[in-house]
Amino acid sequence: MSKNPEFVKFDKVDKSYDGKVLVVKDLQLDIAEGEFITMLGPSGSGKTTCLMMLAGFETPTNGEILLDGNIISNIPPHKRGIGMVFQNYALFPHMTVYENLAFPLRVRKVDKVEIDKKVDKALSMVSLNGFETRMPAQLSGGQQQRVAVARALVFDPSVVLMDEPLGALDKNLRESMQYEIKHIHESIGVTVVYVTHDQSEALTMSNRIAVFNDGKVQQLSSPADLYEKPVNSFVAEFIGENNTFNGEVSEVSGNKCKVKLSNAEIVSNAISVKSKGEKTTVSLRPERALIEPTEKMENMFSGKIEEVIYHGDHTRVRVNLLGNPEFILKVPNSTSNLELKVSQEIKVGWNSHDARALDPK
Amino acid sequence: MSSETQKILTTDGVPLEVSLKKAEKRNKIKAFLLVAPLLLFLLITYIFPIAEMFTRSIDDRMVTNMLPKTFKSMEKWDGKELPSEEIFKSFYEDYKVLVEKKEHGKLGQRLNKEKNGFNSILKRLFRKISRNKIDESASIKEQIIGIHRHYSNVDYWRAIKRTAPPYTMNKYLKGMDMFLNEDGNITQVEEDRRIHRILWLRTLEIALFVTIFCFLMGYPIAHLLATLPMKYSNLLMICVLLPFWTSLLVRTASWMILLQQQGLVNDFFVLIGLVSDDNRPEMMYNKVGTYVAMTQILLPFMVLPLYSVMKTISPSLVRAGKSLGGTPFTAFWKIYFPLTIPGIGAGCLLVFILAIGYYITPALVGGASGTLISNQIAYHMKTTLDWSFASAMGLMLLTGVMVVYWIYNKLVGVDNIKLG
Repeated sequence: MSKNPEFVKFDKVDKSYDGKVLVVKDLQLDIAEGEFITMLGPSGSGKTTCLMMLAGFETPTNGEILLDGNIISNIPPHKRGIGMVFQNYALFPHMTVYENLAFPLRVRKVDKVEIDKKVDKALSMVSLNGFETRMPAQLSGGQQQRVAVARALVFDPSVVLMDEPLGALDKNLRESMQYEIKHIHESIGVTVVYVTHDQSEALTMSNRIAVFNDGKVQQLSSPADLYEKPVNSFVAEFIGENNTFNGEVSEVSGNKCKVKLSNAEIVSNAISVKSKGEKTTVSLRPERALIEPTEKMENMFSGKIEEVIYHGDHTRVRVNLLGNPEFILKVPNSTSNLELKVSQEIKVGWNSHDARALDPK
Repeated sequence: MSSETQKILTTDGVPLEVSLKKAEKRNKIKAFLLVAPLLLFLLITYIFPIAEMFTRSIDDRMVTNMLPKTFKSMEKWDGKELPSEEIFKSFYEDYKVLVEKKEHGKLGQRLNKEKNGFNSILKRLFRKISRNKIDESASIKEQIIGIHRHYSNVDYWRAIKRTAPPYTMNKYLKGMDMFLNEDGNITQVEEDRRIHRILWLRTLEIALFVTIFCFLMGYPIAHLLATLPMKYSNLLMICVLLPFWTSLLVRTASWMILLQQQGLVNDFFVLIGLVSDDNRPEMMYNKVGTYVAMTQILLPFMVLPLYSVMKTISPSLVRAGKSLGGTPFTAFWKIYFPLTIPGIGAGCLLVFILAIGYYITPALVGGASGTLISNQIAYHMKTTLDWSFASAMGLMLLTGVMVVYWIYNKLVGVDNIKLG
């Protein structure tokens, strides 16, 4: 069976709540069958609105949403067959775990034996067998979360939506739940649309990530591409750490360009710059800049160390470089490490293909 | 290991337990002193009056105190034959004391309640005594029987004996249209005189229906209040509470203006052609008026507890219900409604208990059907001055409320009540 690459399709979707501001602008997004896609963005970026439109709790102001080729904008939520895990789990507090899980099956008039079988299967999927008679209030946060996941999956929906499901858990639990959800997704092959504002969560779990800002998808690509090849300053800034230089393009040749700063010129990848004279922001990941490089690099500058922060596996060094006092370097903790001291002058170098000249901030 | 070594000492060498108790004791005293004024207030305004009401409702010491000798000599009398000379003599002596103290009238009234005609035969005895026509050296029994033949009727003497115990259930029986007959059995009064039972049933009926109406109207309002955005819900809340801040009499009077036959509601019905001008329906001085006015007055007591419960129900629960495949109705009935039960319970209990004791509003707008048990209590308090009967009925009402509370506790559980 071939997978439908347009299993869920947002077709030119606009959404406005008050008729004045567009919360979602001209959204064009295809989600393939069986994919784990994450909508990532700061709060107020429109990601949750998109999820709610897909679930049927909000209607698009303009445009259509298609599920497996059918327009679903006019189908009420309960007929869409989409499972959903809510931010605060939304377990029914007056029902036991079993009743919570049986609810979607009972409303579908599944017979008793089948319900027992499916509930049992769903509970074993989240390793919560034996908790059937507990009330949600008697469960820990992590257990409640698992029940919520099991409940969203128990009726075999084609799509499962998750709205920041791990937001309320502590860090360790969150990490282990991330893997657990990822494994569940891999083992049953359901399409998952996941919303979060936590980038590390998005990077760990997803096949593809859609970065939202200001009602628009800024970039839709795999986690690796998103980190390595951000297409604009927002994505570069939002995902991972980032060093930036603001300057003006002085020369473009092929996919390279030279950017003139106030006191130097750096060579960089030309991503969103076309011609000489454009303003640009050059982005560079901290781990791509080397300290005291042994071989020749295209960009080599010296700066003064402002701060050294020991992080165990690596050391973060803040350097005042080319007029940017916030330039961060990540120095791996190895035996050959140098003695780094504040106000020491050091050389920093990086290659042009690691620096990306993006739109100006 | 011995317990000696287990004892933990504080740094000062005092056993930890002792030190803890000392520290806690001060807090306990402080806490008690803080609630003491309230406790005292409750004791004075609530517990004492109820205790007083109770003693008053069963108190029947009047005759006991008036005829001490009679009752003493009657102790051995079996009540089958006419009393002996001794009993007649002590009754005569007791009565003579009463005549001297000019208290004989009260005894006549009281005994007349026990046996009709008693007052008139006692008045004859009074006249004989006041004219000194009784010869104390001769047989008192014969002289008294000579005054009126009823004195030879054993029923009259039994009536006196019945009033001997200092306590009586008569007032309670009367409240239920029953009485102790001459043989000491509980009997119902004649059918056309069973007024209290009608009142009890009417009170229950009105309280029940008002509770139902309040629930039916309050539930959607409370839901709207809990789900609307703040700026609208505040306004709506004021609208709900506004009648709360208006005087009860003003509100009742305004309903009278609205509902009377020449009133605004009827005018409107005529205007839109719903009814003809000479066929205006009566919406007041019957149960319709009582229901309308009481529902409106008690509505906030339903809305507020419901609102406070609904406010805590996350909207994502109903959404979850829908996304899992429940129709809007299923999501409401299986998820939202069960979660509002504590509010429903609290609201219904409040409204019912308040409605059961209402009397001004039904008396004003309810006409002949507006007399409820509370009116009867007020009537006996103010008009007949039969306070012991009023007390008895008040206590019966209180017991009724307790029973409702008990049933409620069995059904919903008092711990589930949420008043806000």
